Formats: sequence, C-alpha cells, structure tokens
Amino acid sequence: MPRSRIAGFGIDHLQILDEQGEVDRALEPDLSEARLVELYRSMVIAREDDQRMLRMQRQGRVGTFGPNTGQEAAVCGPALALEPSDWFVGAFRELGARLMRREPLTHGYLFHNGYEEGNVFAGGERTLPISIIVGAQLLHAVGIGHAMTYRKERSAVLAVVGDGGTSQGDFHEALNFASVWKAPVVFLIQNNHWAISVPRSKQTGAGTLAQKAIAYDIPAIQVDGNDALATYSAGREALERARAGQGPSLIEAVTYRLMMHTTADDPTKYRTDDEVQAWWKRDPIPRFRTYLEGKGMWDAGREEAMRAEVKSLVDAAVKEFEATTGFKPDAPFDHVFGTRHEIIEEQRAQFLEDLAKEGQ
Amino acid sequence: MAKLTMVQAINLALTEEMARDDRVIVMGEDVGKDEGVFRVTAGLLERFGESRIIDTPLAESGILGTAIGMALAGLRPVAEMQFCGFSYLMIPQLEGHASRFRARTQGAFTVPLVVRMPYGGGVRALEHHSESREATYGHLPGVKVVIPSGPRNARALMLAAIRDPDPVVFMEPKRSYRAFREEVPDEPEVMPIGKAQVVKEGKDLTLVSYGAMMRPALEAVAEVEGQTGRSVEVVDILTISPLDAHTIAGSVRRTGRCVVVQEAPRHLGVASEVIAQINDRALEHLEAPVRRITGYDVVTPYFGREKAYIPTAARIGRGIEETLAYS
Repeated sequence: MPRSRIAGFGIDHLQILDEQGEVDRALEPDLSEARLVELYRSMVIAREDDQRMLRMQRQGRVGTFGPNTGQEAAVCGPALALEPSDWFVGAFRELGARLMRREPLTHGYLFHNGYEEGNVFAGGERTLPISIIVGAQLLHAVGIGHAMTYRKERSAVLAVVGDGGTSQGDFHEALNFASVWKAPVVFLIQNNHWAISVPRSKQTGAGTLAQKAIAYDIPAIQVDGNDALATYSAGREALERARAGQGPSLIEAVTYRLMMHTTADDPTKYRTDDEVQAWWKRDPIPRFRTYLEGKGMWDAGREEAMRAEVKSLVDAAVKEFEATTGFKPDAPFDHVFGTRHEIIEEQRAQFLEDLAKEGQ
Repeated sequence: MAKLTMVQAINLALTEEMARDDRVIVMGEDVGKDEGVFRVTAGLLERFGESRIIDTPLAESGILGTAIGMALAGLRPVAEMQFCGFSYLMIPQLEGHASRFRARTQGAFTVPLVVRMPYGGGVRALEHHSESREATYGHLPGVKVVIPSGPRNARALMLAAIRDPDPVVFMEPKRSYRAFREEVPDEPEVMPIGKAQVVKEGKDLTLVSYGAMMRPALEAVAEVEGQTGRSVEVVDILTISPLDAHTIAGSVRRTGRCVVVQEAPRHLGVASEVIAQINDRALEHLEAPVRRITGYDVVTPYFGREKAYIPTAARIGRGIEETLAYS
C-alpha cells in the first residue's frame, strides 16, 4: 500500500491597512464615506469610554472591569458587517462592538457597577450580555445558529472569544458542533497575546490560533486585528458565507491588550514595557485616521469636532449612570424562575424584613 | 387509558409535545437511530425527522451549551444526558448559564429547556451508571429539579417540564423504567412543577420520599400498617427544587412523626433539607425525631454490592416502626 498525502492545509494572513496607514488598493473594501466614518467613530467612542471608565474605576466610582484599549479594530470591523437580524455573542472585551449593537453607553457603567440592569436594553434582543466564563458562550452561539437554520432564517451569529478561550473544551466542542451542523456562526478570536498573565506561547503549541479550525474543516483566516479594514473584510466574508448556508468560519484577529486584564491586576508584573510600547505603535485608531485623511474624508477640524462630540456623549452617559437610583432591592427574587413559588416568596419577605430592620 | 411503563409514558409525553409544538427539539447521544439507550425516544426520529431529533456529538457540555443557545433563540430543546453519572461535564453550562440567563438579564433572555437523565441504581450497571445526584442539581438556584415516581406522573411532569419557562433537570429513575405499568390517561395530563403530592392519607406518621424509592417505601408502609394497625401518610416530593415544603410540613403537623427516604448519600441530601423545613415549620408538632433512611456517604459501589447499599423495603419498614414506637 503506498503512502500518500490525503490532506493538506494552510492558513492565510490578511492585512489591508498597515501600521503607517498605507492601504492595499487591491484588497480595500468598498465602503462608503459614511460607513468608514462610522467605523472610525465607533473605535474612538470605545477608546474614550474605556479610558473614562478606567479613570472612574481608579476613583472608586466604577467596579472591576476589563479595558478594551488597543482592541477596537478587532471587534468593530466585524461588527460593522453585522445586520440587526444577526446575533452578537460576546465575551467581555468587545465594548466597541456592543456599542455598535446599540447598547447605550450608560449600560456599561451599570454593568460594571454591579447591576444586571446594564445587560438589558431596547433593541438588544439579539445581543447576548457579557459572558464572564471563558469560552462557554461559543456553544450558545452554535445553538442560536442552529435555531436560525431550523427556522430557515438567513441570519448569522458573530461569536467572540480570546486567545485563552481557545484552550477551553467548550471552544473545541463549539467548533465541532458547528462543523457537524453547518451552523451559521463566525468565531472571532481576539488574540491579544495575554490571558491575564499567561502569554500566548504558554497557551498553545500551535503556530496560529486560526489553525485550530482546520481539524473541524472550518474555513479560517488570521488577520491583523489592529487593521479595521482587514477585520471588516474577513468578518463580512464570513458572515455572508454563514447567511448563505455555507456554515461556520473562524477569524483570528491578532491584536494586543494595551491595558491590564482587568483593573484588578498589574501587567508590569508579567510583561515588559518595550513590548507594550511596540504595540502602541500599531494602535488601530491613528492608523485608521491616516487612512481617512488619505482619502480626503477627514481633517483636523472634523477630528476635533468628533472628539468633542464623543466626549460629551461619554459625559452624558456618566451623568445618567450616576443619577440612576432606585434599584429594586428584591429584584433577584423576581428573576429566579418564570413561575411563582411559595418558598422563594417567603424568602423575599424575610429578606425585605431583614433589610427594613437594618434600616436600608 | 392505556397501561404504560415509565419509558412508554415519557415517550408519549415527548411525542405529544413535539406534535403540538414545533419548537420542541430532542437532542442527545444516541437519541435518534438507536432511540436512546433505554428506548425513551423510540419512534421519534421516524416521526419527526433529523431536524428535530438530533444525534449529537459525544460531548455533554456541548449538548447543554447548544441547547441553551437554541432556547435563547426561542426553541424548546429537550436534551438527554445518557446517564446521571455522565452529566457532570454539563454542570458549568447549567450553573454558569442555563440557571442564570433569566437573572442576568432580568427576564429579557430565558432558557426554557429540559435536561433528561436516567439516575439511580438497582439495575446491575457499570461504574458511573447508578448515581443519584439530585442534591447536586437541586442546590443550583434557577434550576428546577423534577423526579417522577411512576408512569402517570412521569408523563404529566414531562409535559409540564417542556412547557415550563425555566431550565428543568428531569431525573428519571431508571430502575422504575419498566418495573411496573400504570394507567395513563389518553388526554394529555399536566401536573404542576413545584408541588408535592399526598399519595396516601394516614394519621400516625408521614413518609416522605420520591423517585425510585417510592416503590419500596409504599411496600414498607403496607407491611407496617398490616402488622401494627397504624396508618401512614405518604408524600411524593416530585419536585426536588423548588421544594413544596408546605405540603410536607402540613402532613407532619397532622401526624407528628416523619421518615424521609432517599437513595442518594445522606450528607447534604434532599432528606436533610426536608428535615430542616420540618424544623422551621412543624417542630412543635413532632413527637419523635425525624428519621432518615438513605444511601451511605460512600462512593457508589460496583453493582456486586449495591443491593446492600440501596434502601430496601425492610430497612424503610424498620425505620417506620422505630419512629412510630418512639416516645
């Protein structure tokens, strides 16, 4: 019996807009000025809001949160390619994408100040809340995708996970189920190089994270995750494939977490300043601005006006958040079950009685 | 009325509900062509097709995780775990997500699904095929845990579980699957989840149990009543969580004595909670300490020894007699 090669594989890397803002005209996506500006503005809002929340966390005005700074292009690009009828199933570092799904800015503050109210917003029927357990949400995405198939809906699901998440069993189970079911799911890996303190090199021996899809016969690509044109193009192609009934895809967006994992850790303990500085040079936002300027769509005046507008948006959100009061203390009892049970109602009564005794 | 086994009765409920509601999907390992290792899903693939009867990959977290997604998107999945002893890989999805979406989103997203699993011993099975882990699941807020004890209530509770707005862990006493038949009404009958049932009235003692233990418990009650002339009230818990403490405590207030029977290990078991509820609600009515007849706090032994470890009618009978005699 001869020995012969029965399968061969490869992974492409895509970059359209380089670190200097130079664009590859052959690969440049066909986007209107309005859409390009929307993409840029979304990244700027995400950055501004992120930095505001960080300052407020340091002042004790917000609880623990995981900053997104540096990763805006990785999620905003694919999110631009989403339709309202598509689903978004995120992890916890996709602020820009969430805002593009029309989640109000105020809600991030509510969530990170410990209120479930931050997870609920009008128009959020197809945007799942932050998922803190790493990797678990990918299976929900596959189930949602399969439900779309079952109902003959032409909607796709964009599901996000980090580099650390690709080590989880649920990541592999999700890819496997999606592959068997041809589920309309786009798996987006934000490879930001660090799972808290554990570097990408200790996470897996694989040369790329994208190649993990090969075992499941899922088309995969690695993109420059700080290039919003590349993440958009790859996202759009994969979402279109999903909507057309051609099954799942995987995108590895190579990016970098410029801040801490969450406000509870100190990254200087586990990584060098040189490394961080090198990645600041690849910041997705100035690069995109250069691109817009090169196309004659942007200038200092528009930049200044937008920055002021974004700042006032964030100001307003913070103001609204800080003015929000009257959180119903016994709301958790309302949402244990969808049916009423005496044993829960008795505990609610006890809880309220105790609360009253404590003068709260 | 037809006389059905529990396997047939659960199959009937699945068939009825799938015919009534096209949101209902059955999924799990070997639920299609093989019709489930206990044949609970017999005939479903033939009738409803591969889009609704899904033979899944062999991955319990994957099964529940994708079922959660389907439920979030408006379907009503009924996911099978092949055995209770294989179900633990789905706990992170159950605890982390199925039980929490309602609370996490204040009702905006809900997870109406059923996780079916055969549980319990007494069928001379291999390791991991005989566990009773209802306390594990019953401890999770936001999860309902239902355990039928016979064909009729299995059918009625399965209908209720599929229609329920919350995740329901439906534990099927595999030892009772084919042990006996019962009349099951032709018309769909739905029993409320969250309610225990007084299955036999009595005045001298309350026997509380559920699932596979109901049979030996009722046998023991008949034996003791015949010998002593005393009468025993029997409560079938049916819903482990949320527990119907009122029905249990109400009965104990009338009888003053109580024995609780469970197959599972004793420590932190359902019986412990039943006794705590009696303590809260009926202590002043007690004439004797509440007695627990349970499994032991040992790793479930291989089946060569299992008979000695699972409560028998004789052991339950002795517990009842001693509790009746206490003064």
